[in-house]
Amino acid sequence: MRPLQPVPPGIRTVLGISFFVLFVAFWAWITLGGHVNRIFLADPLSMLRDGWRLLVEDRFWLDILITIWRVFGGFLLASVVAVPIGIAMGAWKPVEAFLEPFVSFARYLPASAFIPLLILWAGIGELEKLLVIFVGSVFQIILIIAVKVGSTRRDLVEAAYTLGSTNNGIVRRVIMPANAPEIAETLRLVLGWAWTYVIVAELIGSSSGIGYMIINSQSRLATGQIIFGIIVIGLIGLLSDFAFKAFNRWLFPWSLA
Amino acid sequence: MSKLLIEGVSRTFAGVRGGEPVKALMPIDLAVAANDFITILGPSGCGKSTLLRIVAGLEAPSEGRVLLDGKAVTRPGPDRGMVFQSYTLFPWLTVAENIAFGLRERGMPEEERDGIVASYVDLVGLKGFENHWPKQLSGGMQQRTAIARALANDPEILLLDEPFGALDNQTRGLMQELLLGIWERRKKTVLFVTHDIEEAIFMASRVIVMTARPGRIKSDVAVDLPHPRHYTLKTSPEFSALKARLTEDIRVEAMRTAQTA
Repeated sequence: MRPLQPVPPGIRTVLGISFFVLFVAFWAWITLGGHVNRIFLADPLSMLRDGWRLLVEDRFWLDILITIWRVFGGFLLASVVAVPIGIAMGAWKPVEAFLEPFVSFARYLPASAFIPLLILWAGIGELEKLLVIFVGSVFQIILIIAVKVGSTRRDLVEAAYTLGSTNNGIVRRVIMPANAPEIAETLRLVLGWAWTYVIVAELIGSSSGIGYMIINSQSRLATGQIIFGIIVIGLIGLLSDFAFKAFNRWLFPWSLA
Repeated sequence: MSKLLIEGVSRTFAGVRGGEPVKALMPIDLAVAANDFITILGPSGCGKSTLLRIVAGLEAPSEGRVLLDGKAVTRPGPDRGMVFQSYTLFPWLTVAENIAFGLRERGMPEEERDGIVASYVDLVGLKGFENHWPKQLSGGMQQRTAIARALANDPEILLLDEPFGALDNQTRGLMQELLLGIWERRKKTVLFVTHDIEEAIFMASRVIVMTARPGRIKSDVAVDLPHPRHYTLKTSPEFSALKARLTEDIRVEAMRTAQTA
């Protein structure tokens, strides 16, 4: 095969789908064929059956909705705080010198390790779930945006100065619009991570949500339900990613033209 | 009185990793009359762009000062419009919005801006492209927009840093005629940096030749060719004589650069 040679779109789709088919086929073979103990791994068919029962009888869609709300709530909270701080750090070097060392340190504090502390502070209600996602996302967003903003094209800044921009005008009408697509891309990336944090938050001290259903199913050895829950998370993550991508494209047509 | 005065401007860059400081520009004196079209010609790395950036206020001189209409230049401002060699249109703004940028920064209301923008779109021949993004334009069209953007601000002086350097030869020739045509119709003081000898003569009423680094002024040649100039001028005997003379001047400097590099 020639390296870096592009693949025609039709073949691309076929190749992409065929791995899913292969994956499920392998899964069906080891489970239905009796190669692994059913207690540890449900087969695809009983997974679908369990999932259907979850949705119809156990009102699992309510858990799904609650998890989605937590992800977006916590993510929104983190974005509202982090985006302005990130822009300020990227634009003004003293602000960066002041905050960067702390943020770099805080970034390595694992959000999951904060859960016991957050439960002490905020109980096991919704606020605690939002805070886990907030802690997990906020420092990441700040740092990535600060770096992107800091590498704003200097020639654009210089051009704006020669056109009469003030320092304030540079930040608002050059630095911010120039980096808006990158900032939106960063948020899309971090939203993906927020899905991980929310499940961790729901595994501990929770009575609702997809994560709760998963930990609950574990005690009943309902592996079909666990796998169904995991797949649901994957699907929602994929959907929100597509939606976010389409939204960015609609918002910043100039960056793709 | 001179429009622009460059008085003893020099520039020294600090040495890299404790090395010797690098002299980019020897002290330069230059007086530019109003509505003159001056080209600054020199080999690569001679500091001609640095000189232009000092006039723009994007860099500070190590010594000396720049006066525009008798006022010292301390920072960039809308009275000195600049066109860069790299494509510096704001990619998130359309052609029309790019041209309107300076007027908007000044707080001019939209209705007033629209008229001015339309006239400059017309001037650089971009009618029909007002709502295009810069990415959709060719290099020549981008630079035309950049010229319109700088001119729309009605600057006292227009600074151009090898604006056509990245364009192919044919486009470059057309752009030279376009810019010269604009200058012939609406007089403006222009400082135009280039390393292209033909371009330097064709555009200029006066060519300043600079030496290899550290740059200083080697010769100051008046170009008395008649206006309006047509591209056929480039093959006339007068033009060729000037070109032969400047080629000799610049060749010596280019060789010096090649030896030290």
